[in-house]
Amino acid sequence: MKMPKPDAGVIARRKQIVGALRDIVPGEGVIEEVDELRAYECDGLTAYRELPLIVVLPRTVEQVSRVLAYCLANDIKVVPRGAGTSLSGGALPLADAVTLGLGKFNRILDIDYDNRCVVAQTGVTNLAITEAVEHKGFYYAPDPSSQIACTIGGNVAENSGGVHCLKYGLTANNLLGLQVVLMDGQVIRLGGKHVGADGYDLMGVLTGSEGLLGVITEVTVRILTKPETARAFLLGFATTEAAAHCVADIISAGIIPGGMEMMDRLAIHAAEDFVHAGYPRDAEALLIVELDGHEAEVDYLIGRVRRIAEDNGAASVRISADEDERLLFWAGRKAAFPAIGRISPDYYCMDGTIPRGRLPEVLTGIAELSKRFGLRVANVFHAGDGNLHPLILYDANIPGELEKAEEFGAEILKLCVKVGGVLTGEHGVGVEKRDLMGVMFNEDDLKHQQRLKCAFDPKSLLNPGKMFPILHRCAELGRVHIHRGRTRHPDLPRF
Amino acid sequence: MTPGTPEEVLDAVAEALAEGTPLEILGAGTKRNYGRPAEAGRRLSLSRLAGITLYEPNELVMTARPGTPLAEIEANLDRNGQQLAFEPADYGAVLKGAEDRDKTGGATIGGIFACNLSGPRRIAAGAARDHILGVKAVSGRAEAFKSGGRVVKNVTGYDMSKLLTGSFGTLAVMTEVTFKVLPAPDDSRTVVIPGLDDRAALDAMTKALTGPWEVTAAAHLPKPLAQRSWVARIAGANAATILRLEGPAPSVAARAKGLGEGLAGFGTVGELAHADTRALWREIRDVHPLVSPSALGPGCEVWRIAAPPSEATAITGRIAGNLRTQAFYDWGGGLIWLAIGALDDMAATKRAAIVRAAIGEAGGHGTLIRADAETRRTVPVFQPEPEALAGLTRRVKENFDPKGILNAGRMYAGV
Ligand SMILES: Cc1cc2nc3c(=O)[nH]c(=O)nc-3n(C[C@H](O)[C@H](O)[C@H](O)COP(=O)(O)OP(=O)(O)OC[C@H]3O[C@@H](n4cnc5c(N)ncnc54)[C@H](O)[C@@H]3O)c2cc1C
Repeated sequence: MKMPKPDAGVIARRKQIVGALRDIVPGEGVIEEVDELRAYECDGLTAYRELPLIVVLPRTVEQVSRVLAYCLANDIKVVPRGAGTSLSGGALPLADAVTLGLGKFNRILDIDYDNRCVVAQTGVTNLAITEAVEHKGFYYAPDPSSQIACTIGGNVAENSGGVHCLKYGLTANNLLGLQVVLMDGQVIRLGGKHVGADGYDLMGVLTGSEGLLGVITEVTVRILTKPETARAFLLGFATTEAAAHCVADIISAGIIPGGMEMMDRLAIHAAEDFVHAGYPRDAEALLIVELDGHEAEVDYLIGRVRRIAEDNGAASVRISADEDERLLFWAGRKAAFPAIGRISPDYYCMDGTIPRGRLPEVLTGIAELSKRFGLRVANVFHAGDGNLHPLILYDANIPGELEKAEEFGAEILKLCVKVGGVLTGEHGVGVEKRDLMGVMFNEDDLKHQQRLKCAFDPKSLLNPGKMFPILHRCAELGRVHIHRGRTRHPDLPRF
Repeated sequence: MTPGTPEEVLDAVAEALAEGTPLEILGAGTKRNYGRPAEAGRRLSLSRLAGITLYEPNELVMTARPGTPLAEIEANLDRNGQQLAFEPADYGAVLKGAEDRDKTGGATIGGIFACNLSGPRRIAAGAARDHILGVKAVSGRAEAFKSGGRVVKNVTGYDMSKLLTGSFGTLAVMTEVTFKVLPAPDDSRTVVIPGLDDRAALDAMTKALTGPWEVTAAAHLPKPLAQRSWVARIAGANAATILRLEGPAPSVAARAKGLGEGLAGFGTVGELAHADTRALWREIRDVHPLVSPSALGPGCEVWRIAAPPSEATAITGRIAGNLRTQAFYDWGGGLIWLAIGALDDMAATKRAAIVRAAIGEAGGHGTLIRADAETRRTVPVFQPEPEALAGLTRRVKENFDPKGILNAGRMYAGV
């Protein structure tokens, strides 16, 4: 992975930059010792590491604003960072960039039940929001598996999802307001405690912008009333085709479950060995289908889903009898990644999305690639919305195996795009999928994306080297080309 | 100009760019009066660039050309028991000033996304922006580009589909939209509480929306507006607080019962069945209580105010203290539809200032939906943005439409 060439001039000014940052963030908020910088050298994509030039941990919005204004004035790059759990290298440091850590922004500012929202500083963890409101019967719906650790600001930057996003939407759909500091230090507010704001949907654009457009300092999210009941089905199938068909039939019957997850044989066994959730070992594919909501609705839908599963030849059909059993069903799925970690020294998690109907064909394709590359793969994924998480098993200690795993991963993503899907469903482009952007987008598509970037950050100082394979200068992107060859078509119908 | 292919759209924009002729971008033109009057030398109508190009009910996805009539899309969805869950409103009656509620319809799917429409289900299912999955478009640089895709979960690159949704054609001409479609509910009912004043109604709606009943719409019609409903039970009610439940029939029945019991403290609770529920929420969605016929005379102005629900009655109260108004509430109070009677002796800018000051204290957005062209030229139609945000908005516009040839000035001066 090639990163932009570090600016030797900036690195040479390191001492001076540390001093200037200390003036803005006094005390222990500026980190320069190598030992301490080590803690920030990578994010969840641990294959890539780089020591940051400096880490700064501001406490106030004003400090963030001054840090950014200083960096802009001095041409210093900035990498925003939440908890550093990104799986795509979005928070990977750069040797000539200040890593701007938002961990000190850890307070919930307002809980407003009447308006059904929570206002939190950006560094509050995803789970902390639910924990703050659950005693009143509320929760925050998007639930990434990393929810104990990842920050709400990081969730916004990645538009993170979770198993419940099928019914309740992604981060983008649960967001009401943002406070954002722009690269020039100006502070803006988007949305608020209400929906339906007018103006350009810049909140929508910032969601999933991977720290390239602005630094999020405050987030207002919608909270929901906890469903009265939730029950989960555990459905075992003899083939992945049958399981995929069952998923399609549930959706076409007009049922949108709270969650609908699939695991293949390797994942089932790894999870069962690890947490003993009672998964059927003889199944080739396992579906967990959760139905939640009002008791009358759940009871009614249980009957319908059971029939659909049986019609699709489910070899085993179990419904959770009580809350403990429901959680046990989920425990295996939630521990699937660490469970794979027990059977392989390393694994590499992919994240493509495909149209649901192409599931059998893509799984077959992945199995073939697995043979070709000689690496095992376990499939654990959000079946309801076609978001695949193939886990490629490899051993980083074997020379060349990481590269092989990466090549395998890239082939999987190309396959996803080929069948009408996309490179990443929820983990982001980051550095990982940066060089694959051309598989999905042509030059003009990417230029228009970068023009949006130019509106926010014309000098391209925020998180460079991420998302875009080639960085065009804004001056070049801004030039207007008059396409003479395309004009004056006399055959064009006119009023 | 009425291009029939994306290539012809590209040609039309290229020609306008070369000549420096600003274009007015239209679908069927049903919302021409929504926004500031755009400065345009020529019209670019997308009405011929029409048709559904992909519909896979099992995948919950549809792709259509921008000029496709909403009616055609809904007919196709209906055959498969599906719908646009965001319930796009038809502002025809509000915008045309039509006194006859039948003079509506005709909207195109491109216009619906360009204006980011939604309806009463906004609180449960989101707006157009929450349902768009992908877009193809031609920017003011006369370059075609695409964004997004056809799958629900996608974070590959910036979400430009959301950027174009609600941008009123000021950044790019959409040549194709791909969006999510969802199962339509088997059944619906409306729980009705008659006779509440606005404040009590707000409390009732809050209680309903914070309870376990999965309410998909919550509105309140004060007495004079309830009487205008075509649904007899509502017209006969002395003000009506209405709460919609949707889903499988057994679930709807059980939830309606539970909701009725839960709200018993607010008065005697009644119920409307499926047919009346559909008719009533269509009226709410399309703002009929205020405009058919106009509640305050033909010259009335209509505002759409989005604000924190708990502030709703405070906002309407502050405005009513200074102006002759009528209002009703949707989104559990989060949306206020407000009509202001024509006041000959007061400048339009002063009226707008009163409304915006009332919203400002609560933190919300006020959009002037209906007013004559002169008023929409002088009064900011969309919520004015603070300087830092306004600057950003201008830079976004400049990057996509540097010569200002797409719906110039439709949203803000120069944007
Ligand atoms: C075990 C594990 C399980 C996971 N499960 C899921 C899952 O189920 N679903 C899912 O979607 N993701 C999942 N993830 C990925 C990851 O947790 C999410 O992407 C998460 O939202 C990242 O949050 P963070 O605070 O760690 O952000 P970081 O990793 O610190 O940063 C992520 C990106 O956001 C930017 N950023 C962070 N904070 C800000 C800010 N305040 N302003 C501007 N930019 C900012 C960074 O520059 C970077 O580009 C998982 C990760 C792990 C390690």
